[in-house]
Amino acid sequence: MSDALLRLEGVHTRIGQYHILQGVSFVVPKGQVTVLLGRNGAGKTTTLRTIMALWKATEGEIMLSGMNLIGRTTDEIARIGLAYVPENMGIFGGLTVRENMVLAARAGPFDRNRLGWLLDLFPPLRTFWNLPATHLSGGQKQMLSIARALIEKRDLILVDEPTKGIAPVIIEHMITAFEELKRVNTTVLLVEQNFSFASALGDNAVVMDEGRIVHAGPMADLAADRARQKTLLGLSLDAHQ
Amino acid sequence: MRCESDLPASAINRDWAPILLLPVAGVLGFLLTPSTPTWITLTIAGLAMGMMIFIVASGLTIVFGLMDVLNFGHGAFITIGGYVAFAVLSALPGLANSEALSDNILALFVALAVAAISGALVGLAFERLFVRKVYGDHLKQILVTMGGMIIIEQIALMIWGPQERLVSLPPMLRGVVPLDEVAIEKYRILVIAVGSVLFASMQLILARTRIGLLVRAGVEDSEMVQALGYRIRRLFIGVFAAGAALAGVGGVMWVLYRGTLTAGIGGELMTLVFIVIVLGGLGSIGGCFLGAILVAVISNYAAFVAPSLALVSTIAVMVAVLLWRPFGLYPLKK
Repeated sequence: MSDALLRLEGVHTRIGQYHILQGVSFVVPKGQVTVLLGRNGAGKTTTLRTIMALWKATEGEIMLSGMNLIGRTTDEIARIGLAYVPENMGIFGGLTVRENMVLAARAGPFDRNRLGWLLDLFPPLRTFWNLPATHLSGGQKQMLSIARALIEKRDLILVDEPTKGIAPVIIEHMITAFEELKRVNTTVLLVEQNFSFASALGDNAVVMDEGRIVHAGPMADLAADRARQKTLLGLSLDAHQ
Repeated sequence: MRCESDLPASAINRDWAPILLLPVAGVLGFLLTPSTPTWITLTIAGLAMGMMIFIVASGLTIVFGLMDVLNFGHGAFITIGGYVAFAVLSALPGLANSEALSDNILALFVALAVAAISGALVGLAFERLFVRKVYGDHLKQILVTMGGMIIIEQIALMIWGPQERLVSLPPMLRGVVPLDEVAIEKYRILVIAVGSVLFASMQLILARTRIGLLVRAGVEDSEMVQALGYRIRRLFIGVFAAGAALAGVGGVMWVLYRGTLTAGIGGELMTLVFIVIVLGGLGSIGGCFLGAILVAVISNYAAFVAPSLALVSTIAVMVAVLLWRPFGLYPLKK
C-alpha cells in the first residue's frame, strides 16, 4: 500500500446531543481512490465534514502528511490543499459556470492547460460556460462541482455521493472522469452508496456503521466477497444493484 | 479557447417580470393623477425617495444575505450620517453657504465622505461589540442590535443635545429647475444621480470583481465559500462596514432632504427599509433597488390621491409581491 496521505485516528464528533462519530480511524493512501461506504446515517458525510472542520471533532487526530488538521478552520484546511465536493454540490446558482470556476481558482488566472483538461473531461461546462449555474441539470452541476475542486492542484479531493440523484448516463460519464483522475494519481476520498460505481473506481474500501469503521481493506477483496458485501452494506447495497 | 465566447443573450433566461412592475405602477399613477406635470413631479419625488431608501437598505440586505444577521440597529448608522452632515456643513460655512454651485457640491461630498468613513468605523465597532457574539441566533440579534442602536442614539443625544437641529441645504442646491410646466427640485435630481451612481457602482463591483463574486457566492452558501479557502469572517466584517458606510451616506441625503435632525431619525426610517429588503428578496441588491423605487413611487401616488393610504400602500405592495413571489422580487438562487 502507498504512503498514507490522510490519517484519521480515534475521531469523535458530537453534534448537539448526538454522538455521531465514535472513534473513527482509517487512512487514505496517496494517489489512490478510497471509498467510504455504509448505510444511510452511518456517519460518512459527517466524516468528510469533520475532516473539513465544518463540524468540529471533539476528540482524535486528523493528520494530512503529518500535519494535524484539528483546531484549524475550514478555509485554512482548504488552503493547505483539500478540496471538498459536498453532497448538495455547493454550486453558486446565481453565478455563471465561469464565475464558479474563477472563485475556485484562488491563486488567480486559470492555468489554461488544466482548464482545457477539465473542460474536455466535462464538455457540458464548456457549452454552458457563461450560463448561470442554476440553469444546469443535476448531472451538470455535479460536473461543475468536481471541476471546481480540481481547477487548482490539490493534495486530496473529498467527494460526497457524486452519483446521488444523477441519471445513469451521467454516472457512466462520471466513471470515465474519475478514471482519468486516477490515471493522473489524484488522491480521492469518495463517499458513495452506489456499490457498482464505488467498486469500479475504488482502490480501497472503508465501511462505516453507526459512527464506527467496521471494515477497511482493498476494494477488490470486498468486490469479490458477495456475502461480506451483504453483511456490511445490506439494504444500501440492494438499492443500487 | 471556446470557453471565452459568450452565449447568445437569448440563452440566458433573464427575469424581467419584476422590472415590469415599475412601468405598471407608473401607468397606474398617471391614470390616478389629474395632470401630467403633477404625475412627473410625483414620479421624480418618488424616484428620489426610492434612491435614498435604496442607499440605506442596500447594506442591510447584503448583511442579512451574507451573514444571516438581522441588524435592527442599522438605523444607528443613518443617525450618524445625519449628525455628520450637520457637523460638516456647520464646520464648512465658507463652502456650505457659498453662492457657487461647485463649493456647495464640494461641501456635500465632504459630508458624504466623512459620513461614509464614520459609518464604516462605527459599523466595525458595532460588529465587534454587538453582532459577533450573536451570529446564528436571530432572537438575540434583534435584541442586541436594537440595544446597540439605543446606545448610539443616547451617545448622539449626549453630544448634540435633545433639541431638533435644522440642517439647511447649501443655497445652490435649493429651489427648482423649471421644465416647461414641471418644476423639479434640484436636490431631488442630485439624489437620483448619486443613487444611480452608487447602484451602478455596486452592480459593477458585484459583477466584475473577485470581492463582488465572493459576496454573491457568500450570500448563497457561505460554508462553501469557506470550503474554497476564503476567510469568510473577514468578508463579513468588510461587508458590514461597507453597509454601515452606505447607511451613513443615506443618512446625509435623508437629513438634507428632511431639513431637520433628531437622534431618532435612523430608527424612523427602518420600517420602510425592512419592507424594501423583504420585498426585494433578502440579500439581493437588484431586488432592493427595484423594491425601494417601487415602494417610494407608489407611496407618493397614494399620498397624493388619498393621503391616509400612504403607509398602507407600502405594506399593501409588500403583501401583494409576497403573495406573488414569497421570497421577494429577486429571491436568491440557492
